[in-house]
Amino acid sequence: MNAAMNTVRRGLGNGVVQAFLVVVGLVWMTPLAGLFLSSLRSAEDTAKGGWWTVFTSPGQLSFDNYSALLGNAGISQAFWNTVLISVPTTVLVVVLAALAGYAFAWLDFPGREAIFLVVVALLVVPVQIGLLPVAKLFGQLGLFGTIPGVVLFHVAYGLPFAVFLLRNYFAEMPKEMLEAARMDGGSEWRIFTRLVLPVGRPAIASLAIFQFLWVWNDMLVALLFADSASQPLTVALQSQIRQFGSNIDVLAPGAFVSLVVPVVVFFAFQRHFVQGVMAGSVK
Amino acid sequence: MTATLVKEASPTPTAGAGRTRARRTRRRGRLVALLFVFPALLLLGALVVYPVLFSVGRSFFDASGTRFVGGENYAEMFRDPATLKAIRNTTIWVVVAPALLTGLGLILAVLVEKVRWATAFKLLLFMPMAVSFLAAGIIFRLAYDADPDKGVLNAAAVSLHDAFQGTSTYPTARARDGQGLTEAADGSYRTSTSVSPGQAVTLGLVGVLPDDLPESAEPAYPAAAREAAPGELRGVVYLDFTPGGGGEQGKVDRRESGLPEMKVEAVRAGKAVASTTTAADGSFRFEGLDDGSYAVRLPASNFAAPYEGISWLGPTLVTPAIIGAYLWIWTGFAMVLIGAGLAALPRDALEAARMDGANEWQIFRRITVPLLAPVLTVVFVTLVINVMKVFDLVYIIAPGPVQEDATVLATQMWLVSFGGGNNQGLGSALGVLLLLLVIPAMVFNVRRFRRSQR
Repeated sequence: MNAAMNTVRRGLGNGVVQAFLVVVGLVWMTPLAGLFLSSLRSAEDTAKGGWWTVFTSPGQLSFDNYSALLGNAGISQAFWNTVLISVPTTVLVVVLAALAGYAFAWLDFPGREAIFLVVVALLVVPVQIGLLPVAKLFGQLGLFGTIPGVVLFHVAYGLPFAVFLLRNYFAEMPKEMLEAARMDGGSEWRIFTRLVLPVGRPAIASLAIFQFLWVWNDMLVALLFADSASQPLTVALQSQIRQFGSNIDVLAPGAFVSLVVPVVVFFAFQRHFVQGVMAGSVK
Repeated sequence: MTATLVKEASPTPTAGAGRTRARRTRRRGRLVALLFVFPALLLLGALVVYPVLFSVGRSFFDASGTRFVGGENYAEMFRDPATLKAIRNTTIWVVVAPALLTGLGLILAVLVEKVRWATAFKLLLFMPMAVSFLAAGIIFRLAYDADPDKGVLNAAAVSLHDAFQGTSTYPTARARDGQGLTEAADGSYRTSTSVSPGQAVTLGLVGVLPDDLPESAEPAYPAAAREAAPGELRGVVYLDFTPGGGGEQGKVDRRESGLPEMKVEAVRAGKAVASTTTAADGSFRFEGLDDGSYAVRLPASNFAAPYEGISWLGPTLVTPAIIGAYLWIWTGFAMVLIGAGLAALPRDALEAARMDGANEWQIFRRITVPLLAPVLTVVFVTLVINVMKVFDLVYIIAPGPVQEDATVLATQMWLVSFGGGNNQGLGSALGVLLLLLVIPAMVFNVRRFRRSQR
């Protein structure tokens, strides 16, 4: 009897929990759904009423905004700039951090521990403090306002976390494995490419995805270091914010395009991404 | 670190030739190692370490960078109202957001374990982490729009408000002067002459917008022609306007519409003794009134300006509103991290407590939370660091005129250095302040790392 009561109570409690979580889930989806539906409506419709009116008059929906966006040279250029910034940054961060991570984990050189502690300390340095000095430096080097400049800045500020993550992962490798490879007379380079990189694949994948999304989504760095020819999508859209409301037919589909790539990457590689973010906590 | 130094200082002496070869291999090994770390260290040195030192130095110079001013920029930071505002807002962010997020993440992590679709739920909540602050900013600019016909939050606020307070049906309606209705100071109308049970009244209004007239409205003429029964006070409220012209002012003409859903009160000696709502043809009736003289009143709520919702992005609410957007992005992070900690909890401790008859709340309070403390700390510290540096969301969501009410350290640093302020001395000082604020986290990281290496 009592047990039955408990089951009923637990069932009821579970029902409440389910209902609560469903509501939370809906609340979480609403903003994104709102953006997507807004991106399919004309500016005139948006001026007249909210995106939820499409449920009563679905005739408003069309892909016109998206085809207009395709024809918008500035936005298409910005999209490619985003790719040209995020892909090289990701590759460079992974390569440089893997090299350094291996050296910090398994090679002997003077000051190894001390330098690595500095890298750990650099994990939390805010990018803001680098903006001004690096802008001056890039100005002298002719990198200011160029894609390579944006990439270099991102690489530098991505490195502490990347080196930290990979060094720790590589350090877990069994010592015997490396010693056996060295006994066989493999050069360090060979060991690195043939042994360390394959073993480190899970960590490298997490890092690459995390880094890619981070740079893809960045606005602050590009806002300063990119000029109008090299600006990524975030900056191009940002410059339209001032007329918010009147140009929602550009902003909403633009924002949606900018978030489709990371969201697809997220769903395709969710496990790696979650691991990357988790490893990156306290960054 | 000491260990390496000792090792290097005392090479094990072996036979001469072997020693030289060993030394040569070691030197070669070091060279290779330096080649491996050099590119990363070069970039870190040139673009991270050097800028930190440069900024610290620069923060002691004036705007143009020519005059040494000592701590003047740091003093200015606490004098200038704009930077003070930024410091205040960043404090609000740091006090509110990480605590809310950790709490919310903890609750959701515990609850989601109880349902079968936990993975789907976690994915859904985590997804905003992949969305850029810019896109999230645009999403929430849209959601927070002040116009309830555009912003979903105000649409919800208005429908909630109207569900409880009722809508005002005819915000623009008014009575013509000298047609039997007098306006009171509060915006209500009452009959100019007193009426008593057994009488019928016609109350004409004008100025009703076509959109405000319900589709169910019917002509008032038949109802207006009806006589009042004894003891009954009845009447019609009608739109004293004939579409297409014609009709007589102050009289219910054949084609004139009744005004449905109008609140009507019977007032005696200044007190409402009965109230009702008009029917589709605008008619109303009060029954069972005591004899005597009454006034019929149309309360002000009929004519109140419609509720416009909340000014989310106004000066007072803008920071909480942006924190709300931040919650949307980061709750999934807190939940997933805490969930991972939860999965690692010793099952037997929880089972034992259940066997002892502890209820879910007691288990949560006494066992789950204390055991999770290390994870909660990591989540909290991570969030504090990130919250201090929040930039994009504030920059995007706060509309131009409200920017200065929403400003935080990172946006202020931007404005002062690049966005027209052009004071790189003060800008550097703000950057250094940001760095100083994260130094505890830096120490925490280094300590945690050194401990893990022992």
